[in-house]
Amino acid sequence: MPATNAQPSPNKSGLAVEIKAMHKWYGQFHVLKDINLEVKQGERIVICGPSGSGKSTMIRCINRLEEHQEGQIFVEGIELTDDLKKIDEIRREVGMCFQHFNLFPHLTVLENCTLAPIWVRKMPKAQAEEVAMKYLERVKIKDQALKYPGQLSGGQQQRVAIARSLCMSPKIMLFDEPTSALDPEMIKEVLDVMVELANEGMTMLCVTHEMGFAKMVADRVIFMDAGQIVEENEPNEFFNNPQNDRTKLFLSQILDH
Amino acid sequence: MSGFTEIKSRPAPVSTTGTIGWIRQNLVSTPLNTLSTVIGLYLIYTFLPPVLDWAIFSANFLGTDEHACNGGGACWVFVKQRASLFIYGFYPSEEYWRLDLVFALLAITFVPQFFDAFPYKKWFGIFSITGLPVISFFIISGGVLGLEHVETEQWGGLSLTLIIAFVGIVAALPFGVLLALGRRSNMPIIRTMCVIFIEVWRGVPLISVLFMASVMLPLFLPEGVTFNKLLRAMIGIVMFQSAYMAEVIRGGLQAIPKGQYEAASALGLSYWRSMTFIILPQALKLVIPGIVNTFIALFKDTTLVLIIGLFDVLGAVQSAIVDPNWPGVATEGYFFAGFCFWIFCFTMSRYSMRLERKLHTGHKR
Repeated sequence: MPATNAQPSPNKSGLAVEIKAMHKWYGQFHVLKDINLEVKQGERIVICGPSGSGKSTMIRCINRLEEHQEGQIFVEGIELTDDLKKIDEIRREVGMCFQHFNLFPHLTVLENCTLAPIWVRKMPKAQAEEVAMKYLERVKIKDQALKYPGQLSGGQQQRVAIARSLCMSPKIMLFDEPTSALDPEMIKEVLDVMVELANEGMTMLCVTHEMGFAKMVADRVIFMDAGQIVEENEPNEFFNNPQNDRTKLFLSQILDH
Repeated sequence: MSGFTEIKSRPAPVSTTGTIGWIRQNLVSTPLNTLSTVIGLYLIYTFLPPVLDWAIFSANFLGTDEHACNGGGACWVFVKQRASLFIYGFYPSEEYWRLDLVFALLAITFVPQFFDAFPYKKWFGIFSITGLPVISFFIISGGVLGLEHVETEQWGGLSLTLIIAFVGIVAALPFGVLLALGRRSNMPIIRTMCVIFIEVWRGVPLISVLFMASVMLPLFLPEGVTFNKLLRAMIGIVMFQSAYMAEVIRGGLQAIPKGQYEAASALGLSYWRSMTFIILPQALKLVIPGIVNTFIALFKDTTLVLIIGLFDVLGAVQSAIVDPNWPGVATEGYFFAGFCFWIFCFTMSRYSMRLERKLHTGHKR
């Protein structure tokens, strides 16, 4: 099933992200092919698929960590182009969590959280710290605020990374396999935070293999393979009644073990 | 199924801890290690006593002229008598206090860097590389506030060595950072310019740079335009060392995982902000040993200014040892010059080790 119809509708329609006929190449390798996707504000999207299918690359295009070569991407109504001002504007609205957390190891947890609000949002230091402590408390890690990332466990680091993004009060959160580098014991603590975030109405795009999470919070599940969106549906239908053979095979492999 | 019982921790075996443990582990752990320990002890036994005897026990410390020196030991009287030449060069003796003042300022701003508890330590550090060089220049050069002007031709000795090295160190680091960033830039013109700069300066010997600065450059300048020989040498040294520095720092930049750049971008930090707050602090920390290595090399390379007629501490020593009144004191002179260099280089080395320890914030990710 192809993606939803792309209509020329900027942000007035309430779309958080709109991707139209987007293609991307790495050198000669055609990594993303004709991606069309609309994400409404407050919508929770889970993107899954085999490795190398382009799912990370796709969400990384949304905050321009990767550049697309064809098609259009609108984020909160702003089109992503080479215009650095617009890229900055979009990055301010889009938070991102990475597979390997990417905390800044030379800064304390608190400094990790306050750096961008102070220098990008021009927030006074005291206020930035107050905001940071609020979010650190929400991810239940307030008591570690003065430690360095290297002193925390993986799960704690990922929660700090989530808090760090939230400190910029983003409208959209991107998660790029946030639990794949974690021990099983720590996956739950991160997922709990993400579920809580989803319940509060944050627009989320998550690349993840946590199907339990997808069933619980996703409004839509997208399945990608070989650089294309193969199938997308609401979670119940997606898991119980997959249409495409490739989807069926993938689901049988990750669910039946 | 038997129950699980927790085993209580016990102290480690005595043979693995304390002095005995240390000796077992470090000195005699394997036959090869034992052999190297024995050879090491033998070498110390053979060489240390004669050196100590020459330098201290049989040495002559007292007296004012060459007749005070007899016996087989070192003649430190010579160094004592010529100390002002070695330290101040030909700087007018009634103005020595100005150099002393600069030395004192240098010590006041740098010594606190070794003590964490010292208040305003950071500001002392910042002042030492910004305000201090400017103030020192005016104090040494004079011509302001009623201070008599002293030509750079009269500067010399250890003070000249320190001036050149200090200017070189303070200027080479920021230039090196800019060159390293430029070399990794996405903009082809900037990148090419930086690559050419680095490769040209790194590819020529410092001696030829100094010759160029002192002999060739004046030929290219328009008639009547001259500028100071010392300044020219300093510019040459800074260019040369910043090229080396750039490559050291580039090594550090390359070691920073891509994720750090991405996380900084994803948070909306601009290029310069992510460099200033995220990338450079980590990259510079990684290459502290390399940076200090370059600083130490720079410090010692300042002796090469001798060949263009600047009179550094080694130059002062060389001129003093040919004095017919003081026969056979070359060893003492060179020993003193070497010791001066060693003291400063060793201090830098210790400081860098301290800095590394202090900036260590747990394992990297």
